[in-house]
Amino acid sequence: MATQPIGTPRPSLQTQISNFSTKRRMVTNYVVSGLAVLATLLVIAPLVAILAYLLYKGASSLNLDFFTHIPAPVGEQGGGMANSIVGSAIILCLASLMGIPIGIAAGVYLSEFGRGKALATAIRFTADVLNGVPSIVMGIAIYSLIVMQQKHFSAFAGGVALAIMMVPTITRTTEEMLATVPHAIREAALGLGVPKWRTAISVSLRTASPGIITGCMLAFARVAGETAPLLFTALGNQFWSLKLNEPIAALPLQIYVYAISPYDEQHRLAWAGALVLIILIMVSVTLVRIFANRGQLKGAS
Amino acid sequence: MTDDRKPQSTESSPLSTILPRPPQVAPAGAPDSNPEGVSAPLSPIRAYLNARGSGRIADNTFQAVMLLCALSIFVIVLFIFFILISRSKLSLAAFGFRFFTRAAWDPVAGDFGALPFIFGTLATSFLALAMAVPLALGVAIFLTELCPQRLRAPISFLTELLAAIPSVVYGLWAVFVLVPIMREQLGPFLSKTLGWTGFFEGPNFGVGLLTAGIILAIMILPIISSLTRDIMTAVPNSQREAVLALGATRWEMIRIGVLRNSRIGIVGAVMLGLGRALGETMAVTMVIGNHPNIGKSLFAPANTLASVIAGEFSEATGDLYLSALIEIGLALFLVTIVVNTIARLLVWAVTRGAPARAH
Repeated sequence: MATQPIGTPRPSLQTQISNFSTKRRMVTNYVVSGLAVLATLLVIAPLVAILAYLLYKGASSLNLDFFTHIPAPVGEQGGGMANSIVGSAIILCLASLMGIPIGIAAGVYLSEFGRGKALATAIRFTADVLNGVPSIVMGIAIYSLIVMQQKHFSAFAGGVALAIMMVPTITRTTEEMLATVPHAIREAALGLGVPKWRTAISVSLRTASPGIITGCMLAFARVAGETAPLLFTALGNQFWSLKLNEPIAALPLQIYVYAISPYDEQHRLAWAGALVLIILIMVSVTLVRIFANRGQLKGAS
Repeated sequence: MTDDRKPQSTESSPLSTILPRPPQVAPAGAPDSNPEGVSAPLSPIRAYLNARGSGRIADNTFQAVMLLCALSIFVIVLFIFFILISRSKLSLAAFGFRFFTRAAWDPVAGDFGALPFIFGTLATSFLALAMAVPLALGVAIFLTELCPQRLRAPISFLTELLAAIPSVVYGLWAVFVLVPIMREQLGPFLSKTLGWTGFFEGPNFGVGLLTAGIILAIMILPIISSLTRDIMTAVPNSQREAVLALGATRWEMIRIGVLRNSRIGIVGAVMLGLGRALGETMAVTMVIGNHPNIGKSLFAPANTLASVIAGEFSEATGDLYLSALIEIGLALFLVTIVVNTIARLLVWAVTRGAPARAH
């Protein structure tokens, strides 16, 4: 309405131009929309291709032997990756035992004690930076610290490397989840005379637990597939070994070794191993989804 | 995510000041948490509370333990830095800064320079970015602006699933699927149509810079697209409505209302993707050909900073060789820290003032 008087001298010129440019603008609009859809399809294509091929190759070579036998000597048929699966489980347990408590504790500090402090900001930032450090660098750092000192590769060193990779992810999710806990709940607990540490553990952490479990599972899923930090720490092993201070087999390592080997039989096992690894990770990611949804419901109430 | 805790942070400090003095009118039966008993040296209530672990000592111990764990993150980063420096001392002393400008890599003669690996890392990362950034932007635009509500969750779940696939599985797929495609279909096609540019010359084995770039692009796509999506959802709806009200088409709305507002954040997301691409190891090691090489052809095998460590570390004989490899690791560490820091600052600068995300 207000623009009417200002607009009056122009219409004749503007309609001339706009006839052309409206068409051009509409075409651009459709082209770009089409490109965005195309991009999405292009991105989903490799995912589908990878998963389908993996399923096809992996399922056809997966059998009971895979879960019960150790690798066969080169040139022989059969064999499995039982030792790698157990080895991966051991390394991941070690990593979780070290990484999860430290990660959650650091998150609790950032959220419950460190609010608004410069130190907390610095720690938060360092966690983000640590999150971006390449896994191979973690591998050689742990190699330099533990393997060089001990003079031999060990499952323990692999566990430490993975634990360090878990810490920043867990810290950041714990902190974010604790921040969503309403303050009224904490105040209620403190008002009843519950000490602050009890409040943090039984009230804040308890309320945020679905989200924190999500974070832990995500961190777990991320390190479960890590190969680079294990190359020079756990090293891999063709035989059964359950000792923490000896080289131990791990599923991603074994996949890598078999993938670059020249034997078809080993390629077959690599695909089967990759399928098992993916299933392990997908299961934990799906669990994450379930937990995360539960968390949202709780948070909303 | 980060904005959710803003309003609460102001509440925490008054809370702690109120806490030590509970209201005087508290019912007699309720446990009184008054820390300093008024007259009696140790009232029964105080004793009871102490027995339950209520008190300054327990609280302070708890806080100290939590602080210790939080500080361990600092310690880890510092420790990585110092251990890498101390283990690469030999090579640092032998070559100094020239290490990064020399192309020699001769383990037998003990002559080391990191230039071929820096070239390989930069070339593969930028190839990956060139392919991934437009696609990721397209996906983010599609998910935030065009996608029907019902498809949004499944598609974003699928793209995030890409991020969950381990590097070594990408490598496996690349070795058995991508490399043959490169060797037999895509490679000959490229050299026939774009051969005149000089980028697609020489023998094509299927492994090389281009293959590594493609697999890297697939791997960094989900990071860039999900971050970009978050940043674009952080743009207030009033911006979109304002541009639409001026008669803009949807694309103009996206360009003027959304992309222009979130460009800094998008640059940050791209930098985070770059940080991941620089340090990616396993998939690249499996398809890049592992040969220290500087050349124009994208078909040529090469080597990156990360892949040379993965490939040669376990067979490095001699202290100088080992320390040269660790120095490469140190360089990689510092470069990714710088890239990530810049990226985080950019993302933070954009999402900091954003309103709570609309669901």
